[in-house]
Amino acid sequence: MRRKKEIPLEHAPEITVTVNGTIVTRRVPARRHLIDFLREELGLTGSHTGCEHGVCGACTVRVDGRIVRGCLMLAVQADGRRVDTIEGLSDSGELGELQEAFHRRNALQCGFCTPGMLLAAQDLVAGHPDASRSEIREHLSGNYCRCTGYQAIVDAVEDVLAARRKST
Amino acid sequence: MDTTNSGYVGKSVPRANARRLLQGRGTYVDDLRLPRLAHVVFFRSPHAHARLRKLDLAAARTMPGVIAVVDGAALAPYCKPWVGVLGHLKGIKSPPQHAIAIGRACWQGEAVAAVVAETREQAEDALEKIEAEWEELPVVVEMKDALSGRRVIHQELGDNICFKRELDTGAVDEAFAKADIVVEETYDFGRHTGVTLEPRSILADYNAAEHTLTVYHATQTPHMMQDIFSRHLDIPEGNVRVIAKDVGGSFGIKVHVYADEMAAAALSVMLRRPVKFVADRLESFISDIHAREHTATVRLACSKEGDILAFDLDDLTGIGPYSVYPRTSGIEGNQVVNLTGGPYKHQQYRAKMHVVFTNKNVTCQYRAVGHPIAVAITEAIVDLAAAKLGMDPAEFRRRNLVPDDAYPYTFPSGLKFEKLSHHQALDRLLELMDYKALRTEQAALRAKGVYRGIGLAAMIEVTNPSPAFYGVGGARISSQDGATLRFEPTGTITCLVSVTEQGQGTEGAFAQVAASALGVSIDRVRVVTGDTAVTPYGGGTWASRGAGIGGEAVLQAGKVLRERILEVASAILKTDKSELDIASDEIVSKVSGEPRLELSELGRVAYFRPDTLPMDFQSQLMVTRHYTPRSYGFTFTNGIQASLVEVDADTGAVTLLKHWCVEDCGTVINPMLVDEQIRGGIAQGIGAALYEECLYSPEGQLLNGNLADYLLPMAGEMPDIIVAHVTTPTQTSELGAKGAGEAGTAGAPAAVMNAINDALAPFGARVTAQPFTPERILRALGKVS
Repeated sequence: MRRKKEIPLEHAPEITVTVNGTIVTRRVPARRHLIDFLREELGLTGSHTGCEHGVCGACTVRVDGRIVRGCLMLAVQADGRRVDTIEGLSDSGELGELQEAFHRRNALQCGFCTPGMLLAAQDLVAGHPDASRSEIREHLSGNYCRCTGYQAIVDAVEDVLAARRKST
Repeated sequence: MDTTNSGYVGKSVPRANARRLLQGRGTYVDDLRLPRLAHVVFFRSPHAHARLRKLDLAAARTMPGVIAVVDGAALAPYCKPWVGVLGHLKGIKSPPQHAIAIGRACWQGEAVAAVVAETREQAEDALEKIEAEWEELPVVVEMKDALSGRRVIHQELGDNICFKRELDTGAVDEAFAKADIVVEETYDFGRHTGVTLEPRSILADYNAAEHTLTVYHATQTPHMMQDIFSRHLDIPEGNVRVIAKDVGGSFGIKVHVYADEMAAAALSVMLRRPVKFVADRLESFISDIHAREHTATVRLACSKEGDILAFDLDDLTGIGPYSVYPRTSGIEGNQVVNLTGGPYKHQQYRAKMHVVFTNKNVTCQYRAVGHPIAVAITEAIVDLAAAKLGMDPAEFRRRNLVPDDAYPYTFPSGLKFEKLSHHQALDRLLELMDYKALRTEQAALRAKGVYRGIGLAAMIEVTNPSPAFYGVGGARISSQDGATLRFEPTGTITCLVSVTEQGQGTEGAFAQVAASALGVSIDRVRVVTGDTAVTPYGGGTWASRGAGIGGEAVLQAGKVLRERILEVASAILKTDKSELDIASDEIVSKVSGEPRLELSELGRVAYFRPDTLPMDFQSQLMVTRHYTPRSYGFTFTNGIQASLVEVDADTGAVTLLKHWCVEDCGTVINPMLVDEQIRGGIAQGIGAALYEECLYSPEGQLLNGNLADYLLPMAGEMPDIIVAHVTTPTQTSELGAKGAGEAGTAGAPAAVMNAINDALAPFGARVTAQPFTPERILRALGKVS
């Protein structure tokens, strides 16, 4: 039986991406999504694929400082850009306060949505430090959590915002 | 936080295993990589009912990276078919189901071929090259159509009735004849599904040299699946190991046998290499079990004084073309019959229930199984009766709830309640929500054209089931669980439990129980679950049983291990055991509390210098205990919920303003975990009430099988949810814990339904079909036709 050929190499451009501070160069098929590139090729499995059509938010990562859906962006679109994932943002300590608050409040159950939720929450903490409870709810509405009922998550984010306001 | 003896039960201790999940360092099945890993995807029927005239797999086989393309007949020798029936559901019937369907598909989404390739992309590319020629067959989509039997899906079964049940206490007609008022209403429930954020996932690794199968599985029941793989793939039980690492939500979705998962395991055997299957979200919608498609007509007889005399129920539920193995799809309807009217003291009850086959995706047990239906129809008709009598719904309930001093109590359906606390819960709820003030506010706002509604929903809930649930019916589903506690040389404790962790906090709760039983600090306890090669044998996670059953096993093992530790201490210290105790990680003098020996020192001597101990002494620092509930078939819990909503009469939009739940799950091991479990359950119940429905076309096509069109509750829509407890520990165990995981889901739809109808009352309008979409509300208001 004759096999058809693999995708020719010209359809797999070379990209260079700074992932969690490390420069990574790879050839990737043009159709490969950023989330699959991170998970399958770099082994960064902390970001999850929940729906692969941009709704659930489990694949949320940061590209050049802005949160994006890893399932709606192609890996080639990340060429020359900086990508931060839950692994890097945990190691750098940037998410430390939120992670502590989430832990204290049990703002997670199965944990599948949690990395994406934390990135969305950090986006709010950094960009909207005066957010009200309903604004927190609104901001997190792009990230599904099926376990918690959201209340503990909102409580945890509220805790962090309140602590920050107190310390400044 | 108290870290001394018995300090942890009842405390909101953060759970240790959450830390890895917070850093994205958990391990879900899709995170695993094995050498020679192959990926399987499925070719699924685009039709609800069709015969395969021709299936051409040749082109797919030539695609890059493809390892195998197989149809049902090719895989059949590797996996025995199954039939989803149970002995105690008399008369239940279902046809055999294969890992890959052979020759005919009975719902849109049933797989008829599989492609295995080196990568998932390659497998998906090859999938597009499969050519199928279908002969469409007549479809049965509506439940009533199925019941009529005009078209029969499985000719060999004779009709479309999977299971039916009738129950009659004998004097229902007399009760209705002498009733002052009779109310009757029909309720419709749209089918919905669990939507675990982690899709169903399995990685099966067959080792041909050893004839062993290791399965990494997103499952609630590793031991049940071990037994299933063993029997259906013909591999000795001892050669099958099932490992459930982190599981991304379950809610009952991951407790069933799925054909595609069995196919992945069979393909691993066939191809002698590891094979992974992870459902994508679109196939989750057409292959994860659905649940709760019911139409129920209920009648209630009542005296003019407000005493409920009788309930009369007729329930019809549609389950797709197969009864799901091994739990069957008969249980949900059976539960509706068991539970309807459950909180109340009437003595007459009649029920009729049919479970019918349809050409839609299969349905089976999803969180709270049957309860959301039973509670909704009970509480809606109770409200209707109260309204007809002109009685306040809270007062009407108070009059009819089974009194708190009536226990043990046998409900007319035959259920036995050990001890419930309906009246305490009702009082607590009304106080918590300030019911009277809300009613006053509601009246004032109504005058201003703001339509708020208050809905109450009392409930009972099955928890801690004995073998009465499945075992008596012949299912190899264990209702017992086991715990092994091992004292380690450094004085830490390893706790191996057969209950699994799906995020509900099982491991954290067990650590609390173990630490409390032993007198050690909680950070010394490491809990391990989810591995059939490691933990004791047990049932796993389902039916709100983990804390109550697994927790009792941990407690009993801990108590024995504590004695064993003290025996070693006694030998080392040459002091009578009765004079010693464990507190704050040390052996102390029982009387003075004075520290005598570090646990790490005890461990050092016991494991490395036993030669220094008396000649006839052997330390035994590992203890296993099992527990199964014996005195009741089920340990019932009770609770009551309330919902406050505002309905926009112009748009039909419902805004959830607040939600309350008072629940009695006995001993609360960790209030923070229990409360958030209840809140999560309520959110799922709210989803059912307002948003979630798997919509099918008349041809049996799922119309909204994606996350953009199938609506889930989001943070912005959920209200704050106030949770409180009445605590009536069960006397059936020393721990006293009953289940809590399903209570929220059981009661929330009813509370929301009653709140909406309360808001609509000034218009004389009612809604009775879930989910209560703006369109349905506007129809009820006569604003759209």
